[in-house]
Amino acid sequence: MTDTTRFIPDRLQSPLQRRLKSWETLLLAVAVAIFIVNSFTSPYFLNAWNLSDMTFNFTEKAMIAFAMALLIIAGEIDLSVASIIALASTAMGAAVQIGVGTPGLVLIGLGVGVLCGAFNGFLVTKMGLPSIVVTIGTMSLFRGISYIALGDQAYRGYPSDFAFFGQGYVFWVISFELVLFAIIALIYFVILHKTNFGRAVYAIGNNPVGAEFSGIRVARVKFILFLLTGLMSGVAAICLTSRLASTRPSIAFGWELEIVTMVVLGGVSILGGSGSIPGVVIAAFVMGLVTFGLGLLNVPGIVMSIVIGALLIGVIALPRLWEKWRA
Amino acid sequence: MSKQLLMSREVLLTSATVLLLGIIASRFPAFIAPANLANVFNDTAPLILLAIGQMIVILTRCIDLSVAANLALTGMVVAMINVAMPGLPVPVIIALSVGFGALLGMFNGLLVWKLAIPPIVVTLGTMTIFRGTIFLMSDGKWVNAHEFSDAFKAFPRTGILGLPVMGWIAIAAVVFFSLIMTRTTLGRAFYAVGGNPHAATYAGIDVGKTQFWAFTISGALAGLTGYLWVSRFAVAFVDLAGGFELSVVAACVIGGVAIMGGIGTVVGAMLGALFLGIISNALPVVNISPFWQLAISGGAIIIAVALNSQANRQKGRIILKRAETAT
Amino acid sequence: MLMHPDKSSNLAAQTDDHPILSLNRVTKTFPGVTALSEVSLDLYPGKVTALVGENGAGKSTVVKVLTGIYQPDSGQIEIDGSAVRFPTAQDAGAAGVTAIHQETVLFDELSVAENVFLGHAPRGRWGLIDTGEMVRKARDILTSIGAEIDPHTKLKELGIANKHLVAIARALSIDARVVIMDEPTAALSQKEIEELYDLVADLKAQGKAILFISHKFDEIFRIADHYAVFRDGALIGNGAIADVTEAALVKMMVGRDVSQIFPEREHNIGDEVLHVKNYQHPTEFADISFALRRGEILGFYGLVGAGRSELMQSLFGITRPSDGEVRIERAAAVIRSPADAVGQGIVYVPEDRGKQGAITALPIFQNVTLPSLGRTSKNGFLRLAEEFKLAREYTQRLDLRAASLDTDVGNLSGGNQQKVVIAKWLATQPKVIILDEPTKGIDIGSKAAVHEFMAELAAQGLAVIMVSSEIPEVLGMSDRVIVMREGRIAAELSGNDLTPETLVRHAAGI
Repeated sequence: MTDTTRFIPDRLQSPLQRRLKSWETLLLAVAVAIFIVNSFTSPYFLNAWNLSDMTFNFTEKAMIAFAMALLIIAGEIDLSVASIIALASTAMGAAVQIGVGTPGLVLIGLGVGVLCGAFNGFLVTKMGLPSIVVTIGTMSLFRGISYIALGDQAYRGYPSDFAFFGQGYVFWVISFELVLFAIIALIYFVILHKTNFGRAVYAIGNNPVGAEFSGIRVARVKFILFLLTGLMSGVAAICLTSRLASTRPSIAFGWELEIVTMVVLGGVSILGGSGSIPGVVIAAFVMGLVTFGLGLLNVPGIVMSIVIGALLIGVIALPRLWEKWRA
Repeated sequence: MSKQLLMSREVLLTSATVLLLGIIASRFPAFIAPANLANVFNDTAPLILLAIGQMIVILTRCIDLSVAANLALTGMVVAMINVAMPGLPVPVIIALSVGFGALLGMFNGLLVWKLAIPPIVVTLGTMTIFRGTIFLMSDGKWVNAHEFSDAFKAFPRTGILGLPVMGWIAIAAVVFFSLIMTRTTLGRAFYAVGGNPHAATYAGIDVGKTQFWAFTISGALAGLTGYLWVSRFAVAFVDLAGGFELSVVAACVIGGVAIMGGIGTVVGAMLGALFLGIISNALPVVNISPFWQLAISGGAIIIAVALNSQANRQKGRIILKRAETAT
Repeated sequence: MLMHPDKSSNLAAQTDDHPILSLNRVTKTFPGVTALSEVSLDLYPGKVTALVGENGAGKSTVVKVLTGIYQPDSGQIEIDGSAVRFPTAQDAGAAGVTAIHQETVLFDELSVAENVFLGHAPRGRWGLIDTGEMVRKARDILTSIGAEIDPHTKLKELGIANKHLVAIARALSIDARVVIMDEPTAALSQKEIEELYDLVADLKAQGKAILFISHKFDEIFRIADHYAVFRDGALIGNGAIADVTEAALVKMMVGRDVSQIFPEREHNIGDEVLHVKNYQHPTEFADISFALRRGEILGFYGLVGAGRSELMQSLFGITRPSDGEVRIERAAAVIRSPADAVGQGIVYVPEDRGKQGAITALPIFQNVTLPSLGRTSKNGFLRLAEEFKLAREYTQRLDLRAASLDTDVGNLSGGNQQKVVIAKWLATQPKVIILDEPTKGIDIGSKAAVHEFMAELAAQGLAVIMVSSEIPEVLGMSDRVIVMREGRIAAELSGNDLTPETLVRHAAGI
């Protein structure tokens, strides 16, 4: 035993140094590069209204992506989000038919989202079932209920003031959805990076057993995360329904995969334990810019999916290939 | 031993299937006429083939979300080959479809094996890439019935002993892969890798390489199914079998395959697929709108995974002598 | 130093035979650690070589190099004098090297026969596995080691001891010339251990070379012909077992003379803090009643699998008891989760540090503050400065060695990881601290630090429960000892009743 107790510094690297070397910085560089390329290839790109339209490509998905990021960091996943949108939208559409007004519709949309999230959370945390299977099941179940209710029909006739959520502008080209997206991003940033709850999310994702043994109520935290994901799906359902002014059971079909792609592209480890909200925000812009830029060049949507798929694999594969190359 | 056999998942699932058939038959006896049952089995053949491949992949703690996209891409490739070279004999077409599907599967497998990218990310990415590639190849156009050669279309529909060739292929695959899984080193390696990857290394099994072969098999079966599907329905297009990957995972889960790996059988996967196949074929017969199908299969997944987890729940170490003799 | 490693090859001159297998100046490094440094070792036909050393001395690395799990960085493996390479475990098996590993490296979902023959099953027609032949052969091997296990049984149906026998059968299913046994008797009962010794004698008679790793000196002196001592990845000494004493081996292992010294303790035993009455679990423990007082260190001794950890984890809220009463400072306590336990002042330092104790991918300060975030934060918002302050205070008290407080815990040595876990719990200012095998697998220096610290905690009035399987530690640290056997309290010992003999007798039920 030595008598001198050694002094241990708090940190060796400043937070700024860490940030510069991070995934988010790389992603931001990619976003800027795409922005520059787009502005050269299309004369329509650098137009305030066009850019404003561009944000609709990602705002609704990103709202869910923030909650999904927390869920994935905690080591779970929710593949039923797009189906929750369908169910919430169907419930709102049904309510319109019996004359419910806008405030009621909003409550119904949020309520259905929360209930669906609670159902997922119950199956995962109380029954101990793997979330990937549970939510593949509820993905069919929730959208299935929409199909039972609607078949090949559609609900329309939403009240005119309901249109504001998806079509309204707060100031000049700044849409209500963009503002909502920014507020939600900020809230999730604070939750994940500045609160005890966020710390618990990281601890659970890195080692659920160790977190439980450290006195964290793992099941409760995970349940809340499923609730939040359901709630955000409800919010997105309100925005999307308002924007489309109609509900079909196929609404938001396939979004779950785009949302997971956005989260993973944003640097969240699919195995849990790491990731950040700024990363997801930048990833949302990257996906929006790619979709929009290719759209201006008249490239069909399905081809864009190749780019998105390649991005998803590429951003993970390239650094690993590079390391192998150097070794 | 006999109790074990009695309670085995395959026996339970067979009973459930027979019960289901019984309920349907009690109101619509025509449903269980041999000809109709053969028809139902034949309809379910693609799902059985894909479920076998998926079962093997899940066994090794992976998942393959790209199977339906692989099916559609391979289907389009052989469709276009047939249009370009109508004289090419069917066995060559089949070999091409198996080989091409296997190549796509190998691509997934290589990314998982060599770069250690999580399988869900890899196959989510390749799923969109494969679909996009179909669009690029076909320019978004359909290949329609009249463009195919007669031999191309006739093969899977040819009846042998009252069952079309497609059904016989599914039976052959079940027998062949049962043998592979229980009686070959590779088959046992799939179980070992999923059951205890750490121990598998100690037994001289390369975990990554075994997963690679699982993806290759899954891809080959998806490719084969691609030809069967395209020729049976005499059509090929971008969204062919869209979302079918989830039915495949559902069939596996219902068939008792544990999503955490290491547990599952070929017969189980087949029974899971048949369960879903019977439901989808029975709905129109019993006069329920086909729109119910999605919700029912979602519910079936959730119930199946809940039952699985009850059955597989880990028992604690039994320390007390009395407790040991009591059980 | 007794002997320079290079001179070990002189041993060949002392025996008539040539070695079957030799390690020749093998080095293996991992990032930051040299696990083996220029190790040379010879294994002779018909001889048992005992490999001894502290945890982390490099014994397991040798096993992994010899069985193809690791590849050496430099140096070579030689069989009958010619160099060989084992890229995979199967290549080692094919070359006649087989091992009974320390951990059970088996497969729950496969049958016993499949476990024995996985990777080298007998083939029949069309290259398919010949199931009948496989079962027959498996039954033969199992019978030969005195195990009555049906080869058809799924492995998950077996108990721990039987699983270990399957692992031994697996090692023997390869027609090997070199058999490596890594602590093979750790999980076995006395009867099974005797059968294993008979097996070793058989293997010797068949002319096989055996590398036997063990912590138990009595068995080393009973069955070994040669010894080899490792310390910090280097071969420190080797020779014939007849030429060495237990004390000399210990001295080589730890590098200094040790009569394990435990800290002097003041005994300020105060009021009762914890009272457990008629505590039960359906399968793991029964009829547990004991009391614990302030300033007391209560030892829990027993064989591995006696239910001690299970009892402690239940008190900590991990598993639910079926019946019984827990009182903390005379008030009935309801503990349904670790969070409840921490809230009531009971904390638990688990045996499995990597999985249950620390969150290795998070930095030190976040590990320390994890259960205390309520105090360092304000209205649920983190305050990093407070966290660093708290982490600094407690890590300094434990004399933690680390580059910085935001170093990930996974980068620390086992001893320092343990200090982080203890610091984490002390920061919650608990009433009762339960330490489960607190010094298992940590170096001598950290071990002494943990012992001193335990004494200090008790002196400050904390009530300490120490689960330990090391008799010197139990005797050296405890005021009172409860011995458990098969899930029940077998004896409660203190004062003059507390001797190595009484502990062993009650633990084994003889």
